[in-house]
Parts: sequence; C-alpha cells; structure tokens
Amino acid sequence: MSEPVIPAVGEQAGPSRLLDFSTPRLSDFLRTYSSLVALAALVIFNIVFTPNFLSVGTFNANMTQVATIVIVAVGMTFVIATGGIDLSVGSLMAIAGVLAPMFLLDAQQFGAPAVGLALAIVVPLIATTVLGAFNGTLVTVVGLQPIIATLVLYLGGRGIAQLLVSGELRELRNLGSPLIWTFEFIGLGQVFGIRFQIIIMLVVVVVAMWVLRATTFGRYVLATGGNPAAARLAGVPVNQVKMAVYCISGFLAGLAGLVVVAINRSSDPHRVGEYMELDAIAAVAVGGTPLMGGRATILGTFIGAMIIQFLRFTLIAHNIPDGITRIVIAGAIVVAVLAQRQRSS
Amino acid sequence: MEGIEKAFPGVVALDGASLRVKPGEVHAIIGQNGAGKSTFIKILNGAYRRDAGTIVLEGQPVDFHNPQEAQLAGVSTIYQEINLVPYRSAAENIFMGREPRRWGLLDRERMNRDATAVLDRLGVHIDVRRPLSTLNIALQQMVAIARAISTDARIVIMDEPTSSLDEREVEVLFDVIRGLKARGIAVIYISHRLDELYAVCDRVTIMRDGKTIDERPIAGASKVELVARMLGKEIGEVRRSGATGFQHPGEHAAGEVLVEAKDLRGDRLDGANVTVRSGEIVGLAGLLGSGRTEVARAVFGADPAHGELRVRGKPARWKSPRDAIRAGFGLCSEDRKADGIIPYMSVRENLTLAALPALSRNGIVDRAEQRQIVDRFIDRLGIKTAGPEQAIRELSGGNQQKVLLARWLCLNPSLLVLDEPTRGIDVGAKAEIQGLIDELADNGLGVLMISSELEEITEGADRVVVLREGRTVAEFDHAEVSQDTVMHAMAHGDDESWSRGVEESRSSRPAGQPASQPVEATHANASLVAGTPPSPDES
Amino acid sequence: MASVAVPSLAHDSQMSSRARVVSAIQRQGAFIALAALIIFGVVRYGPSFYSVYNIFDAFLNNNTYYALIALGMTFVIITGGIDLSVGSVAVLAAVAAARLSVYGFGPALAGAVLIGLVAGLINGGLIARFGLQPFVVTLAMLLAARGAALTLSGNAPVMVDFAQGFTQLGTMRVGPLPMPVLITAVLYLLGVLLLNRTRFGRHVLAIGGNEEGARLAGIPVGRTLVAVYSMSGALAGLAGVFLAALSFSGSPTGAIGWELSAIAAVVVGGTLLTGGVGSVGSTLVGVLLLGLIFVTLNFERGQGTFQLNPFWENFIRGAFLLIVVVFQSRLARRLDVSG
Repeated sequence: MSEPVIPAVGEQAGPSRLLDFSTPRLSDFLRTYSSLVALAALVIFNIVFTPNFLSVGTFNANMTQVATIVIVAVGMTFVIATGGIDLSVGSLMAIAGVLAPMFLLDAQQFGAPAVGLALAIVVPLIATTVLGAFNGTLVTVVGLQPIIATLVLYLGGRGIAQLLVSGELRELRNLGSPLIWTFEFIGLGQVFGIRFQIIIMLVVVVVAMWVLRATTFGRYVLATGGNPAAARLAGVPVNQVKMAVYCISGFLAGLAGLVVVAINRSSDPHRVGEYMELDAIAAVAVGGTPLMGGRATILGTFIGAMIIQFLRFTLIAHNIPDGITRIVIAGAIVVAVLAQRQRSS
Repeated sequence: MEGIEKAFPGVVALDGASLRVKPGEVHAIIGQNGAGKSTFIKILNGAYRRDAGTIVLEGQPVDFHNPQEAQLAGVSTIYQEINLVPYRSAAENIFMGREPRRWGLLDRERMNRDATAVLDRLGVHIDVRRPLSTLNIALQQMVAIARAISTDARIVIMDEPTSSLDEREVEVLFDVIRGLKARGIAVIYISHRLDELYAVCDRVTIMRDGKTIDERPIAGASKVELVARMLGKEIGEVRRSGATGFQHPGEHAAGEVLVEAKDLRGDRLDGANVTVRSGEIVGLAGLLGSGRTEVARAVFGADPAHGELRVRGKPARWKSPRDAIRAGFGLCSEDRKADGIIPYMSVRENLTLAALPALSRNGIVDRAEQRQIVDRFIDRLGIKTAGPEQAIRELSGGNQQKVLLARWLCLNPSLLVLDEPTRGIDVGAKAEIQGLIDELADNGLGVLMISSELEEITEGADRVVVLREGRTVAEFDHAEVSQDTVMHAMAHGDDESWSRGVEESRSSRPAGQPASQPVEATHANASLVAGTPPSPDES
Repeated sequence: MASVAVPSLAHDSQMSSRARVVSAIQRQGAFIALAALIIFGVVRYGPSFYSVYNIFDAFLNNNTYYALIALGMTFVIITGGIDLSVGSVAVLAAVAAARLSVYGFGPALAGAVLIGLVAGLINGGLIARFGLQPFVVTLAMLLAARGAALTLSGNAPVMVDFAQGFTQLGTMRVGPLPMPVLITAVLYLLGVLLLNRTRFGRHVLAIGGNEEGARLAGIPVGRTLVAVYSMSGALAGLAGVFLAALSFSGSPTGAIGWELSAIAAVVVGGTLLTGGVGSVGSTLVGVLLLGLIFVTLNFERGQGTFQLNPFWENFIRGAFLLIVVVFQSRLARRLDVSG
C-alpha cells in the first residue's frame, strides 16, 4: 500500500522548518476519542429508542457477551502489535473448554476438593499457554508467517478439542461434582451485583494497559512491531518478545474459554470459540490498532468490542434480521478503519 | 521548471527551485544531501505533484499526475536505488508497462529480442531472461538505463548513476550519455562526484536548501567554487577548512585496541580486516556492494560472520546485537528508515530504546529518569523537535540521525559504528554531526565510520580502510590519504601497478597504470588547489 | 542459461535470488508429494482408486470449488494481498444461484458470478482507492457476504429449482469429465495464460515484487489490484454456482473456512505469501494434494486400517499443513545456507 507521503530515503526534505502538527499522544487520543463518541452515540440512541435499555439486566447481558471477546481481543492486540496475527484463539478456547470439565467429575477426584477445582482452572490455562508457545515457535524459530503458523492450530486445535471428548457436548451439571457451582462462579457469579466475568475482563484490560504503557516489555512489543530490524539492532530481544505475545494470546484465549464454558454451563467442542478470531480482530481493528503493528491501544480494543456489541444489540433489539446486522457491522468496520486511515496520514 | 515549491508534513523541501535544460544538453544538478535534488526531479517525472510553480516541456506547459504520464511525454528516470522488480527478468523490467503484444498476448520473443538489442547498444551482453536479482548492481543499473533509453525519451534523468560503478563502468556510462546527446536527448545528471561532471556535462545547476542558487556552464567553474556555492561558504573558507565539519583530522590520539576483526567471511565478505582503537576515527571506504555495511554489522554482531573477532584482546562470539551492546558497542545503521527509527514511536522512545534495561527497575520504566535523559540529549545535540513526545517520523533526517546517535550515547559506548551517518541530511545538520563525531573521538570514543562521501573520509578519518569485493585492499593513515588514492583503491584494489604509484607523490599519476580506459576525470587534485578544472591531458 | 559475455562490464557475481529458488523448490516439493501420494494410492487401493468414478466424481468434482477459489486467491496473494471473503462470497453466490434457478440455467449462472464480481470490486476498490489493508477489508466483506446470504436466503437453505435445468450444470458430462471439472480446467488454463503471457500478468507479478517500483515504472497499480480482487470474487461466485448445482441447494451456513483452505493450497503449492513470486500451476498442485489427502484417508478408513472417527479430520488437516509448511521452510533454510 502506498505510504503517506514521506520523502524517499537518500534525499530527505530540505530545511527543517517544522510546521504545526499533532504529537502522537494527541492523535492517539483523537482516535480513541472518536471511538468513544461513536460508542456514546450508540448508547444514547439506545437509551432513547430501546425500551428497558437502562436496566441492570440489559447491562449484564451486553457485558457478558462482550467480556469473552474483550479478553481474547486483548491478547490479539498484543500479537497484532508485533505485526502478527493469531487465528487459533477460537480453537484454543475450545481446548480449554473441554479440559476443564475433566477435573470436575467427582468431589474426591484429586484428593481435596479444592485441588480439583484448582486443576480445572490451571491445567487448561497452562495447556493453551503452551499451545501459544507452539504458535510462537512456528513464527520465530521456523520462521513461518503468522497467518500460516496460527492456521495450523486453527484447524488442528479444533480437532484436538473434538478428539478429546469424541465430539460430545458435556453438560457441567451432569458431571457429578459439587465443585461445579464454584466453577460456574467464573461465569455466573456476582460480586456486588456485577458479573464476575466482567470483573475478570476489566482486570485483564487494566493490567494489559499498564503493561503496554509502563513496562519495558510493553515498549519492546511496540518496537518489535514498529520496525523489527531497528528494534533488533537496538538490543530488543525480538524473538523472545514475539514468543511472549503468542503465549499471552494463548493464555487469554484459555481464560476466555473457561468463562464461556462457565456461562453456558456446558462445553461444546464444536461451538466454543467459533468465529472468535474474527470478532477479536474486528474489535482490534475498529478500536484503532493498525494491523501492521507498531501501535496498539488496549483501551481502543475494549471500546471497539463494545461498539460492535452495542451495534449488534441495537439492531437486534429493533428486530433487524441477523443478515442485515452482519452487513451493518461489516460496514462499521470499514468506516472505522477508513476514519483511522485519514487521521494517521 | 520555474519557481517550484513543495512541502511535506513538517518540512519544506523546495522553495523556489528552477531548471532550464536544452535538447541534447547534459545538465548537472548538484547540491548537498537535503538540498532538494531528488524531490525536484520527482516533480519533473510525475512521482510527486508540485505545490506551486510551472513546468514547461518543449514549449508546452505540463502537469503530470503520475509517472506514467511523464513517461509518455518523454521523461525517463533512472533512480539511485534501483527501483526495478528483482524477481522479474531484465527484459521484463526494461519493458515494464509497455510489454510488446501479439494478438493480445505477451510477445516474449520480441520482448527478449528488443531488450537484447537495447542492451547491446549499451555494450552489455547478458541473457535478458535472467531475473534481475541475479545481476550485480552495475548491470542492474545498465538495465535501468536501457529502460530509460528504450522509451523514446526526450529527457533522461539520472540520479547518482555512478554510485556503484567502477572506473571502466563509468566510462561506458559516459559513452552512453554522449550517445544520447548526439541523438538530441537531454540528460539531467545528479551526482556527488564533482569530478565526473567535467567529463560529460555541459551546464550545472546548484541547489541549496530547496532553492536554485546558481546555473552556469561547467567549463568555467572550478571545483572549489562549486563546493563553496553548494555549502554556502566562501571560497577561501572551503580551501582552508575543507568541506566538512571535521576539525581535527588525523589528530586524535589512539588508545587501546577496542576491536580487531580479521578475515571476515560471509555474505559479500571475502576476507575483510579492520581494527579500531579508542579515540580514533577509522574511515571505511569502498564502492556500493563492497561489503562495508556487512563489516559493520559483523563487528556489531548483527549478522553472523565467520572469521576472527577480538574485542579488547579477547575473542568474542557474538550471537546478537545485545552481546555487542553489553560490550559497549553501538551501531547507527545505513538506512534510518529501514532499521534505524521506529517510525510511529516518539522521540523519547526512540532515543531511550537501547537504554531501557538500564532505565527500568523490575521491568517498569522509570519515566522520570527517562525524561531527564531525553531532555539532556535534546539539548546537548540540538535536536529540533516540537517536544520529546513528537513522532520521530515527523522530524527531518538530520534530527532523526541525532536521535539515533543519542540512542547510543545514552549508553556511554566505547565504540560506535556509524554507517553513512550524514546521508540524507541537510547542510547544517551534516556539519553539526561531523563536528560531534570529532568531539566524541576527542573524548576517547572509537569510531568506525562508513561513508560514500569521500570528503568525509579524507577529512574526518585518522585511518582509512578500503574495501573491495569484500576484502580489505588498502589502509592509509590520514597523511597519505587523498580522494584520488582512495578512489583508486576502491576501484582497483591491490593492483600492483597501482600500489607502486602510491609510494610516489600524491598528486602525480601512477606509473604503469593500464592504458585501457583511463578516467582522467579523477585526477583532479592538482586542479583543486590551482582552481581550474582539469583537462583530459592533465597528469 | 546463456553465458554472460560482458566485455566492458566486469564481475557478474551470482547473487542468490533466494526467493525464486525457494519457490521453485517448494513447488517441486508439493509436486513430488502429490506424485508420491498418487502412487501410494494406486498401489495400495488398487483399481477402485483410479476408477473413473473416483477420479472424476469423488475427487475432482468435489474439489472444483476449492480449486476455483484458490485460483483467484493465487493472483491476490501474488500481488502481496489476501482475500478472506471468498468462502462467504461463494455461499452468497450459491444462495443467489439457487434463487435464480427459477429463471433457468443462464440467469442463475450470470447472476451469481456477477454478485461475486461486485463483491470483489468493492474489495479491490477499498484497497486500491483508500489504501486499506486487504486483511481488514476482506474480513469485513466476509461478514457482509454472510449477512447478505442470510438475508437473501431467509435464514434457511434455498432449494434449487430443478425444472429449469440449473442442475444440469452439475450432471452434464463431456466424455468422462463432469461439467464443473471441465470448466475449472479451462479456467486454470486461462489463468496460466493470463499470468504468464499477458501484460496484465506481468503487472500482477511486478506489483507483488515491488509495488512502489511498479508504480514509478508507470504500471496502473490501482486498476490492476481492482481487477485482481474482482477476479477473485467472480471465481468465488462461480464456485458458489457449482456448490448450488452439486448440492441442489444454496445454504447460507456452508463453506466455513474455505478461504483458509484456499490460502493453504496456494502456500503449499509454493507461492510466497509475501507476493511477487508464484504460479497457477503450483496452486493446482496444492489443491490436488490437499484434496487427495482426504480421499486417501477415506480409503484407509474403508480398508479398516483404523477406526477413524470423523473428528480426526480437523486435526489431520492441521497436522498436514504443519508438516508441509515446516518442510518447505526447512528446505528454504538449507538452500539459503548453502547458496
């Protein structure tokens, strides 16, 4: 694609008379700001035109749907920031989703009941993180393009999930362990009236924002995506950074998988995480993180996911058929990306 | 072209530039990096659109919206960075966009035939079906030239055509240009090598800071005059202190041996050696493709290379730049845009990138300390920026380079490898950076400096190492060095007859030099001092 | 290759054109694998493997959709882009074809292909005119096309109207060749011609190799890109027509992941994702190879070698893709070191 006009290498523009322009923070802010405006517009529209919008129930319903997308999209944001992509997130969610119930079969399965519960949470997360490392290895050591590398698990991971349970859908209730209720707390429990998964989502978002902004690692992520060759020469451990972000993406996908299974009280290896990669990428794109890498806004991703969610909700609440809804959302994605394009040039 | 203006975000590139070229004339455009030459010709050939001014071609005002239009009107360009497609064959590149057809389908046979014919006219005989990337740079340049002359051009623009050619190849090029002249085709010739101009150009336009300063026939202009006009200095000043910002050539006291590289082999390297001591500036010279950047990267651990590398006397096996950085080395790469700056990050981020581990506690960056360092360097190096948060891509080349320099200075290195440190930088900043390098060497920094601008090498380096085809072929002390000797070494390597000549006086022509294709234009030293242009018979 | 005779210009150093050689090796690799698999199948399964029925109906016919989509994808990838919308556009076209089948064979075919063309036009337009990234644009089109398919079909599969002869497209044969296979073969031939022997093809390759250089050389980059994406869309449309004709309905929920299979086929075949190098023939090899894997697996299952529950399918596809791309990458690495 043609770059915004920058003089070619070897002949920089002449006198350094610096004209007026915005600092990066300002333009980032504007980008986020316009997304916020869009979000606010959607919310206001709904307040005015949609009955029952301002109820806790609606709020919870919306946030529930968006929480898993946000969790995955945050991981996706890190990967995209390094210039990569992770298509395997949906399949990793499914794997986490089928692993968890295996530890909830019986109260005494692993000795003390708490152990079973802990394993039900920890093992899936470790598994998806390790699979994330697998992605990372393909990208860094083998040198595959991220699309192809994560395509492997996109296909294979779903297969693994299906194989582990021979394609069966498992209802958590039927597993027999009294720990189920505790496990389901992840998805359905409430703390001061707020669904627990919303809290998880917010914690993930805040921690991610902080990591990206304040830690060396976060800066390394952006440098790696901004110009990998330059970053390497400046001493950034590019391969380790890339490996790390795929692990993060895997971990968060696993977390999202647990949440989904908890919410639905069942684990379906065919359905869990279906289309999640598309939803996550859409959220990242709408939120203002460019797919080429080098810049990232976690907050933007969060808002992007919410914009898509509210848009979907608005349309459905007004009985717009599913098909049209999808078209509108597709249009919104294009508009969002167009708007960002204008601003950055 | 008259009154041309062009501005890019953050910089004004052209501010009243003009040019007058007659048919069959070879017209040179000279100026320092950043004077606006490339932007100027890109406006003529349709790659950029001008903001103001007029262009009149053969009596008709023209306004090219894209390169295709300009080409159709007869303006062809050969770029310095070969802008052809590497995977495609030479023939395809020559006819790109105008591939001959037969009944709608590509006529490969005719394309190959015509391509061979055009190249034959240039004295080049190659298999035109080969992918461009399998040809060396000189041949690629010939393909670019073939493309230009095969398009019924009225004007051929050549941007630094000889940057990668040796003496014989340059002579071939000059013959081609003379041929174009004979056919009434005008040639616009941009080059840093002033000596070449005298061999083949008729008139010269001098640019500085985006403006056209002067235009005159080349015959009456001395090299010193041209240099002075380019720099905006007085002639006397140029004679006295030279054309660069280096103040203490050859006067640095060298200390311990920091790095010793022997017999480096690898991609393009075929037995290169170089040694750098603390406090000395070593200039690394050579033609394009001679392996200078590869040596630099090998010394810095950026690329794996076989050979011996000793750092402070002990063998070093570096696997990545991190190892080199830990040893106190730094590298400013050749192409800022490709592997220097992180474009969308701020000045602050770019400046402190290599120093982040030192600036963080437990993985968290100490913002306050970071800000302090950034402010200090912005001040010390005179980096012109709207503030540390500005995106580095918005800065001018000179300021970007200063930020990159600061990136390494943050770490208080003992050795800095600088690959083309003043490329693409305007006059003022150039001298500043050169002076800075000088100062740093004064304070004990060891510098390995690669430069294609011979003045930088001859005026700035304490020692000069010349590379040719991946091998070290010559080493000079500052006292022995001259543009002449360096250029000969770059082109001929360690030809015996040449090296005999070095022992004789500097400015005389080496005895026993092969009589074929002598390029008199390079023997300009005597004339530089005398102030008159050399004639072909001068010795 | 003729020797280089350069009287006045010296030292022609053999710079390794790595990408070109790598791609060639990759193509050979896929071809070798294909040949090996065919031999294996013939030897192991005997006549039923190479029966006319098996070759043409079970195997080729079932793969025409992938083949068409991969053909369009080849051109797109060579320019350095990607088209994620092809599966959804195919589905949309299938639904449209099913609906239009009421009017007969011709309108259904034309309408469906036209819809695909328009979708591709929109993709190409957004990418070329606004400089948006192909990934995002075609991702959005993926969603939009699905949505349009759902709307057009009323959320349920649309049965094809048999009366007007639409299904003949699927059942007609020329000799042993089913019509879809014949059409696909012809299109592939045209594709080879287009890429290798026309100016357009040269431009496509040039853009992928050096977009800026191509632009500076006067190539109409924008128009070429629009054309490439439109082609991809039109071919996806045709794939949808075949889908409808062969499955007798247009279902808005089918063809999940087709675009990724197409990408895999193109990559396995040897075209570089980064663009600039590639060929139609190699994509064909890739498509055949990937398709043959499943035929082989089916035969194995038939032999009773293992009780393969169907859930192995995804895993095998993933594993196979992994093996092939790692192998290609290793080959490329080895060549780089020795070259």
